[in-house]
Amino acid sequence: MATSVTLTKIVKRYGEVEVIHGVDLEIVPGQFVVFVGPSGCGKSTLLRMIAGLEPISGGDMLIDGERMNQVPAARRGIAMVFQSYALYPHMSVYKNLAFGLETAGLKDAEIRPRVMRAAEILRIVPLLERKPKQLSGGQRQRVAIGRAIVREPRIFLFDEPLSNLDAELRVQMRVEIAKLHRELGNTMIYVTHDQVEAMTMADTIVVLNGGHVEQVGAPLDLYNAPRNKFVAGFIGSPKMNFLEARLEAVDGVGSALSVAGTRMILPRAVRATPGSSVQFGVRPEHISLSEADGLRLADLRVDLVEQLGGATMIYGTTADGQTLTVSLDGQQDVARGSTVTAHVDPRRVHIFLEDGAAG
Amino acid sequence: MTARADASIDIAAGRANRSVLSRFWERNGAGYMFLVPWLIGFFGLTLGPALISLYLSFTNFDLLREPVWVGTANYVRMVTADPKFAASMRVTFSFVLFSVPLKLCFALLVAVALNRGMRGLPLYRAVFYLPSLLGASVAIAVLWRQLFAADGLVNMFLANFGIVGPSWISNPNYSLWTLIVLSVWQFGSPMIIFLAGLRQIPADMYEAASLDGASRWRQFYKITLPLLTPVIFFNAVVQTIEAFKAFTPAFIISGGTGGPINSTLFYTLYLYQEAFAYFRMGYASALAWVLVVIVALFTGFAFLTSKFWVHYDD
Repeated sequence: MATSVTLTKIVKRYGEVEVIHGVDLEIVPGQFVVFVGPSGCGKSTLLRMIAGLEPISGGDMLIDGERMNQVPAARRGIAMVFQSYALYPHMSVYKNLAFGLETAGLKDAEIRPRVMRAAEILRIVPLLERKPKQLSGGQRQRVAIGRAIVREPRIFLFDEPLSNLDAELRVQMRVEIAKLHRELGNTMIYVTHDQVEAMTMADTIVVLNGGHVEQVGAPLDLYNAPRNKFVAGFIGSPKMNFLEARLEAVDGVGSALSVAGTRMILPRAVRATPGSSVQFGVRPEHISLSEADGLRLADLRVDLVEQLGGATMIYGTTADGQTLTVSLDGQQDVARGSTVTAHVDPRRVHIFLEDGAAG
Repeated sequence: MTARADASIDIAAGRANRSVLSRFWERNGAGYMFLVPWLIGFFGLTLGPALISLYLSFTNFDLLREPVWVGTANYVRMVTADPKFAASMRVTFSFVLFSVPLKLCFALLVAVALNRGMRGLPLYRAVFYLPSLLGASVAIAVLWRQLFAADGLVNMFLANFGIVGPSWISNPNYSLWTLIVLSVWQFGSPMIIFLAGLRQIPADMYEAASLDGASRWRQFYKITLPLLTPVIFFNAVVQTIEAFKAFTPAFIISGGTGGPINSTLFYTLYLYQEAFAYFRMGYASALAWVLVVIVALFTGFAFLTSKFWVHYDD
C-alpha cells in the first residue's frame, strides 16, 4: 500500500536563521522522488523533517492526509537508510535487521521470517551471522536497506546512501534500489547531490537550492525544459554552456540574438525586451561541428580534447573569450590548438533572462 | 710484504669502522642526547630500584645492616604467620570491589548527563573534574576527616533531621565506607574519558534507533553501553590499579595506623608500616612484589575476558 506525502509551506529555522523557506510539495503514492541540489541546499534537512528527526518550524507535513508535525519518528511508518549506514557495530547482521522488530516487542517466531525475507530480497542470507566490520561497503549498504525493509514501512527515506561507495558499486546499487522500488511499490524519497543518480532513478525530481524548491518534474522535463538557469546548469552532465548574449529583436514567432559575435535567429519569441542582456544556454551534446546540423554559433579555438572512447569532449574558447564545451559522439579527430566551428539546432537552445528565469 | 699489506688492511678497516661510528653519531647523536635524561630516570629510578627490591624481598634488611638472604621466607611468612597481611588484603579487596564499580557508574552517569548538549558544558566539566585534581592530596583527606568526624559537617547536617550520626571514621563498620565515598567523589578523570567516548558514538546510530522506536533507556543499554565498552574497559583497568595503589586517604584519616581495628589498613599502608615504621625492608619489598603480581593478574584477567564483552568497531 503506497502512501502520499504532502508538504505545505514547510519552514525550518535554527534560531534566527531560516534554512528552508516555505516548501510546498505533493508526493504521489508509490513514486520514487529524488531531492537533488548542491551542498547546503536543505535537501537532507527536508528529508530529516519528514523522518521526524528534525522538528518542523512552520507549515504542515501530512502523510496519507494525516498531520505528522508532532508525531514521533517511530510512529510515522517511515524507515530511513543513512549515508553512513548507521549499522550497530556490536551486533550481527541478523541482530541489526531484527533490532527494530525486537524493539516493537515482536516475538522471535514473527521476527525470523521477516528478517529472512528481507535477507533473501537483498541476497545477504550468507552474511547474517557476520558483524558489520566483516562486510564490504556494498554489503553494508544492503544490510542498511534490509533494516529498512524488515520494518515494512509506508515510506522509505534514503539520505545519500551511495556516496560512500566506489563508482562501480554505486552504479550497481543504483540499479538494485530502482529494482527494489519496482518490487515493493512503496513511496520512496531519496536525497542526493549527484544529478546522474537523480536522472536515472527518479520518477520525480525535486531540485532544491538555498532552501527553495527550484523545480519539480520528471527527469526529462527538467532536462528539456528547465525553469531557470540554476536547474539548467544543475541537471545534465556535462553541464550546460552559458554564453553572454543580447536580444536584438522579437516578434510573435521568432527572436534575433547576438551571441559570441554571431547573429542567430530562434524560431520562438523570447520574453524580454529587445536590447536586453540574456544568457544563451546550450547543452554540450547539442552542439555539432557539422554545418548540416544547425546554425553556425561561433568559431572555437580548441584548448583541450578528451577522448572518452564513446564520446569526444572538446573544451574551447570563442573569439570574444567565452568558454564552450562540446560533446561529440564517437572518437573524433580534433587537434588541440586548431579552430573548429560550432553549430547548434536553434530549437535546442535555452534563453535565460537577467533574473535567471527561462525566457 | 704480506705483513705490511695486512697492517694496511687493519688500518683501513679501523678507519672504516670509525667513519661508520662517526656517521652514526652525527645522524643520531642529538636524539640519544635528548634520551639521556629519560634513560637515567628509567634505569636509575625505576628499573634499578625495582630489581633491587626484588632481590631485597628474599632478604632480611633493616637499612642499618647488610641484607641477609632468607630465600622465600618472607613470602611464606606472609601467607602462614601474618594476620595483618590477611587483614590488609581483606580491606584492600573490599575497597577495590566497591569503590571501582561505584566510581565508574557515577562517572558514567555524570558523563551521560553532561553529554546531552547542555549550556556551559566546559564549566561543568571543569567543576566535576576538580575533585580529581585535589582528591589524592593530603588537604582533601584532612577535609574528609573534618566532614566525617563525630562533630563533622555530615553529622551536623543529619542533626537537622533529628539523626544522631556516629563518628564515621572512628567506627570500624563505617570507616572504610568513608574512604570509598572519597574515592567515588574523585570521579572526574574517568568521567572525562567517558565523555570523550560518548562523543565518539555517531549520532545517526541513535537516530536509526529512534526511528525503530527505541526508548532512551533501550538506546542506552543496547547502543551506548556496548559501544562504550572499550572505554569502560580502559577505565576499569586504570581505576582498579589506582584503587590497589590507594594510600594517602587511609594514611591521613587513620593517622597512619590503618585503624580502627585495622578497618582502613590498606595494603599499601601496611607495606609502608613494615618499611618505614618497623624498617623491615625485605618483608616490605616482598609485600610490594605480591601487590605487583596481584595487579598484573587482575589486569591480565581483564584483558583475557575483554574479548567476550568489549566491542571494538574495527
